[in-house]
Amino acid sequence: MRKEIISNPLFRTIFTRLGLGFVTLFAVSLIIFAAIAVLPGDFAKATLGRAATPETVANFQKSLGLDRPVAERYLKWIGGAVTGDLGLSFSSGSGTPRTVGSIIGPRLKNTLFLAGITALVAIPIALLLGIIAAIRRNSWLDRILNAVTLASISFPEFFVAYVLMLLLAVKLPLFYSLARVTPSMGSIEVLERIALPVLTLSFGIIAHMMRMTRAAIIGLLSHPYIEMAKLKGVPPWRVILRHALPNAWAPIVAVIAFNLAYLIVGVVVVEVVFVYPGIGQAMVDAVRSRDIPVVQGCALIFAASYILLNLLADVIAIATNPRLAHPR
Amino acid sequence: MKKEQDPLRGDIRADLASTRRQFMGGVGALVLGVSLLPLGIRAAQAAPKQGGSVRFAINDGAQTDSYDPATWQSSFTQVVFGGTLCNALTELDANGVAVPDLAESFAASADLKVWTFKLRPNLKFHDGAPVTANDVIESYRHHMGPKSSSAAKALVDAIVDVKGDGDGAVVFTLSGGNADFPYLVSDCHLVVMPAKAGGGLDWERGVATGPYIIEDSQPGIAVKMKRNPHYHKPGQPYFDAIEFVNIIDVAARTNALLTGEIDYMVDADIKTLTMLEQNADIEISKVSGLRHFSFSMNTTVAPFDNPDVRRALKYAVDREDIVKKAFLGNAKVANDNPIAPQIAFAVNPEPVHSYNIEKAKEYLAKAGLTSVAVNLSVAETAFPNAIDAALLFKEHAAKAGIEINVVREADDGYWDNVWQHKPFVGVDWLGKPTCDSLFTTAYAGGAPWNDTAWKNQRFDELLVLGRAEPDKAKRQEIYAEMQQILHDDGGAIVIAYALFIDAISKKIAHGPIGNMLQCDNFRMAERWWLA
Repeated sequence: MRKEIISNPLFRTIFTRLGLGFVTLFAVSLIIFAAIAVLPGDFAKATLGRAATPETVANFQKSLGLDRPVAERYLKWIGGAVTGDLGLSFSSGSGTPRTVGSIIGPRLKNTLFLAGITALVAIPIALLLGIIAAIRRNSWLDRILNAVTLASISFPEFFVAYVLMLLLAVKLPLFYSLARVTPSMGSIEVLERIALPVLTLSFGIIAHMMRMTRAAIIGLLSHPYIEMAKLKGVPPWRVILRHALPNAWAPIVAVIAFNLAYLIVGVVVVEVVFVYPGIGQAMVDAVRSRDIPVVQGCALIFAASYILLNLLADVIAIATNPRLAHPR
Repeated sequence: MKKEQDPLRGDIRADLASTRRQFMGGVGALVLGVSLLPLGIRAAQAAPKQGGSVRFAINDGAQTDSYDPATWQSSFTQVVFGGTLCNALTELDANGVAVPDLAESFAASADLKVWTFKLRPNLKFHDGAPVTANDVIESYRHHMGPKSSSAAKALVDAIVDVKGDGDGAVVFTLSGGNADFPYLVSDCHLVVMPAKAGGGLDWERGVATGPYIIEDSQPGIAVKMKRNPHYHKPGQPYFDAIEFVNIIDVAARTNALLTGEIDYMVDADIKTLTMLEQNADIEISKVSGLRHFSFSMNTTVAPFDNPDVRRALKYAVDREDIVKKAFLGNAKVANDNPIAPQIAFAVNPEPVHSYNIEKAKEYLAKAGLTSVAVNLSVAETAFPNAIDAALLFKEHAAKAGIEINVVREADDGYWDNVWQHKPFVGVDWLGKPTCDSLFTTAYAGGAPWNDTAWKNQRFDELLVLGRAEPDKAKRQEIYAEMQQILHDDGGAIVIAYALFIDAISKKIAHGPIGNMLQCDNFRMAERWWLA
């Protein structure tokens, strides 16, 4: 039984990828730390402002452990990170520890919520549109869908955001221009608040996923087994769903994973425009105030979510590939 | 911006994402004709009344914001916590004068070394506990001592001892006489919070004496507050409830104001100001504050060690042109005097330095030169649009035979590696509310921020005399002479004073807006009311 699991290519791939993921994450942590360590400027001075006298700066550096050698600081940080402890924020006053986790945690939750809702809206629409475009390829419908999605992906996000805000919040007051959510809000109000950011993000990612779905399916349609199915008299929608789609999942899932990762790590512009308290804004805040442990924590979470989602995409691609799922 | 009252535009972190954006912009988008008349005339129409709720948007809150007064560096913390949650012993009124706040009155010994502040009777914290001298003492000790990393440490360094005189009075002993001490204690970091039973300051709960009580605080997002029913100023505050919202992006702030999600925004976008001005429901407030921009010359480095070269450079810059083109009209021309006109004892020294090629050449000849070449170091962090200002300066000076080579420095580390290191640099000053505090920190020989390395014996003598001089007329004389010396001989070419440009919904009424610190000297929440 155990031997079977190890020899099963699916599980073997997962284990290898997981191992490689950890190695990548470790390398990324080194890069993050090194990049931040070579930044010019003094963090204690930046945090305390120019009013700080040399002795207050020295006091502050000592209390943060910034007077220790770089290697020692890295080992301490990565040692803590492995156990889930990302350290203390520089904003911790004496006697009032603020962990990086407590600062990032609520923001990460908000980001995952926004990413989740956007994914729920965008992925089904993208798949559906992609399949329709593939079935009706080269028709006027296909052309319109292609043109519209291409246009929407070509505009920078902040532009789409401002246009939507102008049209749907200022001129036609349907939605809120601020996506400020607080824990005390009801779920209906929260959904109303985040409607515009979700719409903006959907514009950006639907095109990508839809076009990949269309291309992957069309790529398969010239294969002999599809011809066979058609000759058998299978209706077109069934050809696509039963015969083409199962073999098209790998590239589609890869693109979906890429877009999900983007929803987590790349939405800072949308967060800033709509004042949504997500992790991207948290990182920008932290960079502004030179709160290095928070910057490092965010960067590590971003790297980890990319690695995890790509791993997931690989696994799904393999799992849905009949040749790999049923090894000889 | 204007993070704090310290002379230098403090923290690099500040930044300026939004200010920079504001000041940038095409040459085509000129906004001319800044009105600098006293603002808020409209407010005189109706008497303030209580009621209603409003939202204020400020642009630099962070999720690391805390109630600890030692950490307040941003506009958000200084306005929301310093000016709305708390009170200090004194406050700056709309005219920029330090008037009693928690203190009922204050008095000094003849040598101005010992200051006694008598607290108002029946003062209460938000939780109902009485305010005693001990609370004041702990509030000051919080910033004092060698281990302090408080933003206000430099301010309280001159305090040798602080002790109570019964429950109702506090006595400060200073290391030297200081006639401006009431101004010093108005600083927003030196607010009074409850003392802990075993010593130390109880700031964690966010309980203080201010006009509004914290209801819900989400650092970096918003702070909700409600009226303090036991506030010590009769009739104030006027709003029942207020909310401060953190909106970093200037376009998002503008849209929020247009859609009525907020009623006030700090730092309006000067590029779209003309369009905002056309909106009948919105008032644009432009207040010239203490913040100013300079090009500072190190007076110990050639050729700036020659006073005639310095004068030549002061005449070789067209300040009007820089204000018009680099700041799009949203600044006020200065006359090489860092003391803004609203500061007590300010004068406008003669002759007013304006663009004069002949005079510049004349002074250059006096220095035995026909031409001179200098490097001017700037970065966008130096002050908003500093690079454009420097390039304009280069054009102006070239006509007088002065060749300015504009060196573009990196933003990061500008204040550590360029300022006070390179001989000729752009500097952003937040300003100080008194002559003494500004001169002491930036122009006295050996002062911590004396970036011009200027040392003038007469100036330094006058500074000590002025600080301990109780007679107002004599102080006026002393400070006028000091400003004249600095104007004529100093190393700072002061280009312009910055404006605070805010947009206010006409729902809100207000009296004259204070011109020392932004947001009506930080106290708009208690001073404004619903129209």
